[in-house]
Amino acid sequence: MDWNQFLLLLGGLKWTLALSAIGFVVGAIAGLGVALARTSGHRMLERCTAAYIALFQGTPLLMQLFVVYYGLALVGLKLDPWVSVSIGFTLHASAYLGEIWRGSIEAVPRGQSEAAKALSLNYISRMKDVVLPQAIRISLPATIGFLVQLIKGTSLAAIIGFTELMRAGTIVSNQNFKPLLVLGLVGALYFAICWPLSFYGARLERRLATATR
Amino acid sequence: MNYKFDFAPVIDGLPDLLWGCAGTLGLALAGMVLALIIGIGGVMLRDSRFAAMRWLVISFVEAIRNTPFLGQIYFIYFALPLAGVRLDPTTTAIIALGVNGGAYAIEIIRGGVQSINKGQIEAGLALGLSRTLIFRLIVLKPALRAIFPSLTSQFIMLTLTTSIASAISAYELTSVGQAIESNTFRSFEVYGVVTLLYLVMSWMLMQMFAQISARYFSYPVK
Repeated sequence: MDWNQFLLLLGGLKWTLALSAIGFVVGAIAGLGVALARTSGHRMLERCTAAYIALFQGTPLLMQLFVVYYGLALVGLKLDPWVSVSIGFTLHASAYLGEIWRGSIEAVPRGQSEAAKALSLNYISRMKDVVLPQAIRISLPATIGFLVQLIKGTSLAAIIGFTELMRAGTIVSNQNFKPLLVLGLVGALYFAICWPLSFYGARLERRLATATR
Repeated sequence: MNYKFDFAPVIDGLPDLLWGCAGTLGLALAGMVLALIIGIGGVMLRDSRFAAMRWLVISFVEAIRNTPFLGQIYFIYFALPLAGVRLDPTTTAIIALGVNGGAYAIEIIRGGVQSINKGQIEAGLALGLSRTLIFRLIVLKPALRAIFPSLTSQFIMLTLTTSIASAISAYELTSVGQAIESNTFRSFEVYGVVTLLYLVMSWMLMQMFAQISARYFSYPVK
């Protein structure tokens, strides 16, 4: 493997990180909206968000990317592939994070929001100052777990033809006919990103388990 | 928007797509059986007396859980021929699914084994229950009940993951959809219907597992 091929892999790595970051950050903002709507107590809103979540959790990420990719082209939007793919990952993340955070919001003891209501706090400050700070703590391990899934999931952009780390790897291995070396290296790079996160998430989970025992 | 939807090619291809669904469920089932074998074996080795064995299992679990499935399936697809084993894409996909699912199954099954209460086994012995009865009622059933939800949602995840096996053109729903798409260029219609078929499959699996759980595992915990 020569220097140029190594640079190609690093270029792919950059896109993997960028896709993950966009999907996670924008998806988190949308996901918070989904979680709040899902726990709003408004029947119609709760049903719609439940259906939205079920749709994304019941279908493969690859199909979600395909449908978004071809769907956006169909409504006449001429977008760069990386924009369509980012939109796909963002929608995916918003549904999963919405579901994770719904669970965390519901895991905060009811007395907390009842006490906040008794103190006549309005909805915004009840959520912002009382419920969400506790829910975030509960949700952290699962949120980090999903981030790892998302980073691994960005490899599917390769199937659409977007050159991130995985596709860079297959391109290089087609050039130098050393698939095991190149794919091993690609796997090691993914591992180097994901494993510290998994490790940190598992530690937080243990700490949370002892704190609430 | 002046696009005219045309579902005719998809309707013509519906029998093929349904066969693709069968392929997907077959891949998932075969992968899950292999995953359970790896899972049970892994749990036994995970608590082995030999430190090297334990570390081997831990490294396997961490390596699989922190790398993408697409990379794993490519790796197996290219590595096996080098070892002199030539397999068709579908068999390769089953192996990849089994290895991937196995790493997750090890953690799930281990949780179930650890959830068994030793005091209850002793209570069973004190009541004069036979060893097989103790294993069936006090060890196996509660452990199965403890892992049933995670194991079944893992199975549904595995079913959705099979779509990635289309990358090495194993026979399943996504690759059938891709074949229809490349002949008709009705990308959105084809993938829309394929996505709906996945939704129906995962919904049906969920209902089935809920029925099983209600039938066998609905008794009070304490």
